[in-house]
Amino acid sequence: MFKDLIKLDRLPTSWCPGCGLGQIMIQLAMVMDGLGLNHTNSTVISGVGCTGRLAGYMNVDGIYTLHGRTLPVAEAVKLVSPDLKVIVVSGDGDLASIGGNHLLHAARRNPDLTVLCNNNNVYGLTGGQAGPTTPRNTKTVSTPAGATYDPVNLQNLMKAGARYFYAKTTVYHQLHLRNCIKEAIAWPGFAFVDITCHCIENNGRRLGFNSAYEMLQHFRRTYKRAPDGAETLGPDEIGIVRQG
Amino acid sequence: MGKVLMAGNDAMAEAAICAGCRSYFGYPITPQNELLEYMSAHMPKAGGVFIQAESEVAAINMCYGASAAGARTMTSSSSPGISLKTEGISYIAGADLPCVIINVVRGGPGLGNIAPAQGDYFQATKGGGHGDYRMIVLAPATIPESIELVMLAFELADRYRVPVMVLADGMLGQMMEPVVLPEHIDPATLPVKPWAITGAKGRKPNLITSFFLDPVELSEINVKRQARYQKIEEREVRYEEHETADATVVVAAFGSVARIARTAVRMARNEGIKLGLLRPITLWPFPYAPLRALSQRVDVILTVEMNAGQMVEDVRLAVAERAKTPFYGELGGLVPSPRDILREVKRYAS
Repeated sequence: MFKDLIKLDRLPTSWCPGCGLGQIMIQLAMVMDGLGLNHTNSTVISGVGCTGRLAGYMNVDGIYTLHGRTLPVAEAVKLVSPDLKVIVVSGDGDLASIGGNHLLHAARRNPDLTVLCNNNNVYGLTGGQAGPTTPRNTKTVSTPAGATYDPVNLQNLMKAGARYFYAKTTVYHQLHLRNCIKEAIAWPGFAFVDITCHCIENNGRRLGFNSAYEMLQHFRRTYKRAPDGAETLGPDEIGIVRQG
Repeated sequence: MGKVLMAGNDAMAEAAICAGCRSYFGYPITPQNELLEYMSAHMPKAGGVFIQAESEVAAINMCYGASAAGARTMTSSSSPGISLKTEGISYIAGADLPCVIINVVRGGPGLGNIAPAQGDYFQATKGGGHGDYRMIVLAPATIPESIELVMLAFELADRYRVPVMVLADGMLGQMMEPVVLPEHIDPATLPVKPWAITGAKGRKPNLITSFFLDPVELSEINVKRQARYQKIEEREVRYEEHETADATVVVAAFGSVARIARTAVRMARNEGIKLGLLRPITLWPFPYAPLRALSQRVDVILTVEMNAGQMVEDVRLAVAERAKTPFYGELGGLVPSPRDILREVKRYAS
């Protein structure tokens, strides 16, 4: 049962009502259960931020790491214990901003890690400040006149290397999300799953959304599946690009 | 095994392998580069893991991961790189993980220079990183002792689940001396760590963390950790006294300076000055009690350091007003000679 992979006694989670992180956790648990991954053979490692809490809710050996340092910690765990399946779950701020240098170099070294990036465009836990993926001109609590810079292009970053696995998906597209996680876990190297997720309380309401449901509907309308075999995903496309 | 001639950096790297360390993560910085280079060649041969990380920050976090996974692990650097590692050291202490860190100290602050110095005493012994944590700090004075203390560092780190720093300096890193290498410890024979991330077979899942939102819970964890620190203070103080039995003046010095001061003791004795030496080997826990005892029977305890006066604060804490506690320091990577120390001693010897 996938529920065995979640510490049910720790529920309800500390995440806001309507948060998409629960979906990511459930989909991860379902995929792990289907692949026979559990507490005896897997570890979930997370960083700091709302997403960071996920390691504590999973019923497997886990590590809370430092803010931004998730990847070096996970890479060392995999090196020391190659038989363990190592899954990293962290946010866009953790992975792409403070941990950006580690992201570049972990991808270059290509260890067998599955990285799920909860990409909600803001620093949610600290109240909704702009992050590395915040679209230009977006108003946040730290960009009252609109975000000044263009966001990091995670796809381009990941594709900069000779070998890569980059998946883009959303929490609305649950089957697609599940499949991306499954493919990432099967990939024998550094696999990055960029999961567009909504943060209703600390971002969405300021953008004019009234509910998490409205944000999910927005994902439904915006994102289309990329054609099979696409080498690059368009800005509104979900899919997987990889090169072994 | 016979004696071999080894540089300090190489010797400390080999000592870690002897101690059963099979994971090392580093980043180049002078004057510790040879340690990283030695590991790059010898760690894979020993069946271990070596990564030249993208930064010192990455390296210490790789140690966090390797230690969480139950392995004996080490990183090394020199002063500016250690500043980068202090974030990770605080978390390693906060998650109760064993880890060995070698600091081949150079001149500072800032980029400073690459000459030997002792300006990182405060950083090593008084925190450096944030929060209420302690780190055992071992200060070798010779290369054979560097080997001994690296071996000890792994043992203490595992026994108390704390980070342990070996505080060397540029001279100890670069200098060569004949050494006898110890027997290799087989990592498979080391005690199992039931708290580690190994896959939860036959036990509940472990969570390695320093994060406790509930103040009561964090307080309890800190109180327990402090009790452990107290045990370390009671059991693990190490120091050496040399010619102190009849001394009227005693030099207090650690590391390379203590070795130079030994020569100054001989020179002073030849001139009829009753000079002794107290050398702390553990800088934390600091040998307050032996210094307190000495202060009751000597007139002067002169602290000599390659910094602007850091350990002298601990010496003065121990001595209070019972003896005079002057200080002599060299800055900027300058190394005091035995004659320099003798000159200072003569200002106080009657």
